[in-house]
Amino acid sequence: MRIGVLFSGGKDSTLALHKATEKVEVVCLITLVSENKESFMFHTPNISVTALQAEALGLPLIRKATEGKPEEELRNLEEAIAQAIKDFKIDGVVTGAVESVYQAARIQKICNLLGVWCVNPLWKRNQKALLEETVAKGFKTVISGVFAYPLDKNWLGKQIDEDLIEKLMALSETYGLSPSGEGGEIETTVLDAPLFKEKIEVLDSEVEAQDNSGVFRIKQVRLMKK
Amino acid sequence: MILVVDMNSTENPFGFHEFVLPIVAIAEELEKCTVKHYLEVKEKSLDGYDKIILSGSALRDTVTFDETARFKWLKDCSKPVLGICAGMQTIGLVFGGRVEKCREIGMTKIETSEENLLFFSTFNVYALHNYALVPSADFKVLAESANCVHAIKHKRKDVYGVLFHPEVRNKKVVERFINAFQVDRRI
Repeated sequence: MRIGVLFSGGKDSTLALHKATEKVEVVCLITLVSENKESFMFHTPNISVTALQAEALGLPLIRKATEGKPEEELRNLEEAIAQAIKDFKIDGVVTGAVESVYQAARIQKICNLLGVWCVNPLWKRNQKALLEETVAKGFKTVISGVFAYPLDKNWLGKQIDEDLIEKLMALSETYGLSPSGEGGEIETTVLDAPLFKEKIEVLDSEVEAQDNSGVFRIKQVRLMKK
Repeated sequence: MILVVDMNSTENPFGFHEFVLPIVAIAEELEKCTVKHYLEVKEKSLDGYDKIILSGSALRDTVTFDETARFKWLKDCSKPVLGICAGMQTIGLVFGGRVEKCREIGMTKIETSEENLLFFSTFNVYALHNYALVPSADFKVLAESANCVHAIKHKRKDVYGVLFHPEVRNKKVVERFINAFQVDRRI
């Protein structure tokens, strides 16, 4: 099976990519670059870093811009997957969906329409276990966006490690936050992972935050030997 | 002990992860369970299991529709069975029903039409199917959406089917099935 991975550059799509690689041939990455910061479908902070992540992974990247209007972004996603079918002869799409039926159902519909498999290797997995798996596999993942109380600017740019997972779990118990950000509470950017042939170094960044909403904006990056 | 039957085509490398493991996670909170692929299940291999759950499969995966001969054991089986999506469709086909095109993807409202052990009233479920089952007269219809039958029970056996995926937003349906058929092993 030839697969295109829907890739946001965050921990879930990167972990799904790693799992897919164990069983199928991953031939391309597909990224939607949404101008809508409120998009329920697509991750937005640092989406530009996906170009360098693709280079680090040695995989071609199909990037499609979208204004992010609810129905239009689905049409743009359909166009991107159709391009992957045409250019890379994919039989299926892998997503990093874990809990969101909103995202999963929409991607299922598009894949069904285009006649390709929609594969969700992380679907319904325990969120803490997934976070722990990224750490155990050696992912270097930073928090690139926070969008829910009581998260604030102090979380931005922090690397996900065992201590941070425990803190997220405590917030999950107290405030009902999804620990892996399935409700859009957290966005992440992966700077290194086992399949990265080179790692990403952040040369310049800034934090933009107000109360319980903010982003760790990566402004300048480069690839470094591992 | 519960037997969870993996109904996924071997063509889908993650069918097990997506459609079987979430069922196992719910079932194991209540009872021990074992997973077998449908190609491995034979009547004799059912000894030692109290109840059986047939998993769902991917939207494109209709492999078991053409393999109903492998499920003849369902006809003689006296154990409680719950079929989920492809599991329900396959049960229905084995007992003389048919499938017809009916696409529902995403959260869908269904209405209970007959009192039963698994659910009640009107509620929302996660649907993921291109085909619906038209059950034979051996079955009662327990619930329907605006478009198709969503749950059935065999009239004489404890054989249930749900077209929706209870593991996604209705895990209580799986739990109620398991709890309804607890085997008392006390001496």
